[in-house]
Amino acid sequence: MRHIISVLLENEPGALSRVVGLFSARGYNIETLTVAPTEDLTLSRMTIVTAGSDEVIEQINKQLNKLIEVVKVIDLSDGDHIERELMLVKVRAVGNDREEMKRMSDIFRGRIIDATEKDYTIELTGTGSKLDAFLSAIDRSAILETVRTGASGIGRGDRILRI
Amino acid sequence: MELNGAEIVVRCLQEEGVDYVFGYPGGAVLHLYDELFKQSKVRHILVRHEQGAIHAADGYSRSTEKIGVALVTSGPGVTNAITGIATAYMDSIPLVIITGQVPTHAIGQDAFQECDTVGITRPCVKHNFLIKDVKDIAATIKKAFYIAGTGRPGPVVVDIPKDITHPSQKAEFDYPKSVSMRSYNPVVKGHAGQIKKALQLLLSARRPMIYAGGGVVLGNAAPELTQLVRHLGFPCTNTLMGLGGYPASDRQFVGMLGMHGTYEANMAMQHCDVLLAIGARFDDRVIGNPQHFFEEPRTIIHIDVDPSSISKRVKVDVPIVGSVRPVLQDLIKQLQASKEKPDAAALKTWWKQIDVWRSIDCLKYEKTDKIIKPQFVIEKLHELTKGDAFVTSDVGQHQMWAAQFYKFDKPRRWINSGGLGTMGFGLPAAMGVRLANPKATVACITGEGSIQMCIQELSTCKQYHLPIKIINLNNRYLGMVRQWQQVDYSSRYSASYMDALPDFVKLAEAYGHVGMLIDKAVDVEPALKEALKLKDRLVFMDFITDQTENVWPMVKAGKGLSEMLLGSEDL
Repeated sequence: MRHIISVLLENEPGALSRVVGLFSARGYNIETLTVAPTEDLTLSRMTIVTAGSDEVIEQINKQLNKLIEVVKVIDLSDGDHIERELMLVKVRAVGNDREEMKRMSDIFRGRIIDATEKDYTIELTGTGSKLDAFLSAIDRSAILETVRTGASGIGRGDRILRI
Repeated sequence: MELNGAEIVVRCLQEEGVDYVFGYPGGAVLHLYDELFKQSKVRHILVRHEQGAIHAADGYSRSTEKIGVALVTSGPGVTNAITGIATAYMDSIPLVIITGQVPTHAIGQDAFQECDTVGITRPCVKHNFLIKDVKDIAATIKKAFYIAGTGRPGPVVVDIPKDITHPSQKAEFDYPKSVSMRSYNPVVKGHAGQIKKALQLLLSARRPMIYAGGGVVLGNAAPELTQLVRHLGFPCTNTLMGLGGYPASDRQFVGMLGMHGTYEANMAMQHCDVLLAIGARFDDRVIGNPQHFFEEPRTIIHIDVDPSSISKRVKVDVPIVGSVRPVLQDLIKQLQASKEKPDAAALKTWWKQIDVWRSIDCLKYEKTDKIIKPQFVIEKLHELTKGDAFVTSDVGQHQMWAAQFYKFDKPRRWINSGGLGTMGFGLPAAMGVRLANPKATVACITGEGSIQMCIQELSTCKQYHLPIKIINLNNRYLGMVRQWQQVDYSSRYSASYMDALPDFVKLAEAYGHVGMLIDKAVDVEPALKEALKLKDRLVFMDFITDQTENVWPMVKAGKGLSEMLLGSEDL
């Protein structure tokens, strides 16, 4: 099953590689991983999307907690949460396609953040499946380049991860 | 007081009460060696290879309750040390390893003797640090000792670039009294409610079993384990790492369990209805095939300081996270306060069954005076040292025989590489053991394959007058490899025969030690006696043993615990 795990860890050099090393050494899979400092600059927050049986997810949680620099771990999928991913996609936009591309972007509530006479760069935010849906809705051959951040997640309401 | 980086490092070691540092100098640690030279509190032991330094610090730690310390240089100093670090990591041994690094400005430039020490050691340490400022040295070393020795212990590497220890780099020295880390707070006390649940299960058990591992030894909980087992009257088994955690000569001890465990221990493990696991981790060499293990229903209680060891390979019913010793103390307290007693009738029936299993006498071997049986040598060693020696071992058949036939009654007497299975561990580990226990008899049980992996340390033993007794069980084969080839590969002995062995007697003599060749069974006892009498000499005893002897019982890889082979007739 898919899980989205949030980790607060010391903002130290090498902390990220400990987490990544743990996943590869123990054969856990990482679908996406994002990390950046929080409002408290001594802490980073990481969101990891992974998949595995209940036993594997339990081990992932325990092994993450065992890392010396990890302060807190929660499995967001244990309760209500919100998840967002940012995608930048550069598409061919010439002739008749140009208007169509703008329309598709509007339907998916994307924003065109850069344009030339030949292409658009569209910014799109949403769950991973919404971004996938956009990519399959447009003409595949029109896609010049995509870049995705991977999911970030946060608990709903009073589900708060902080120290 | 303002001190330079190298002075600070040495002062930190003094503050930690470190008496020995095992190491090998090199360019990146010259400032440190210069400071070591100027003082006498911390004594440096010069090994002959960095692997030996780590194993020696490891042996020192295993035989005491202290943290072992090693010092190596950058690049090859570190890569040579990796085997030792990984060995300590797998067996949860607390070490602090100080490694030199190229100067800060040269890091990443592929400098001479540079390697990414933090990166290369990351998967085999509990934690590691790269110090980038002389001001951080004291706090980092304090943290390193704290992390190494608390919770589930393990090795910690502190990498220090050469410029940080330069005499011109100074900082105020103030060794922290304590450490507090928001991200690291190991649990000590167990949950009282869980302990209560465990007690009720134990008291209601009809076929109980206590399975104790290295955590009992490392957690200094052998007296508590013994008290608990005796109070309950239950059978107890130890893992390879846990030997000595419960006295092997006691009737309630059913022997080691696992791949080469006793018949009675493995059968009791398989057929018990309530299992209390203490500081053990249900690894593949212990329970064999987990599916087979699950076929018999049982309720499992698991006490461990490391939550990730619980329900990792085997689903546990009552987990108790905490240091083994305080948890056992609480359990004993609750047991003493309880009015209930274990079911005496059920226990009697259970012991009757265990005695039937025991009567198979699975460790029997042919008594003969025609050839030296390796088991016989170990039995004699046990007898002549009154079971009170420190015994280190390498890895292979001799290790299993030592575990089976040297009956350890005390913890921290049996020093071996159980997790990583590192050949070459025994001799350097014995050096650390002997330095930590300067009056003790220290025997290194090894084989002609393993001993050659760190043979250079014979020179260290000479330099520091370490009178280790080396018991070389020489069967001219990589015995355990040969045994598996016999069992699983139709006796095709691929690369397991040792041809062109050195003359070990001459070799020992060349290093300035005493060498003995023993090739007759009748000479075993007199030779051991003579060697033990030479209290101030290292004696290398080369026993020419039966080439075809195998370790029995054996649970083949992937098989279940109750599917033991008891001897060649089962092949």
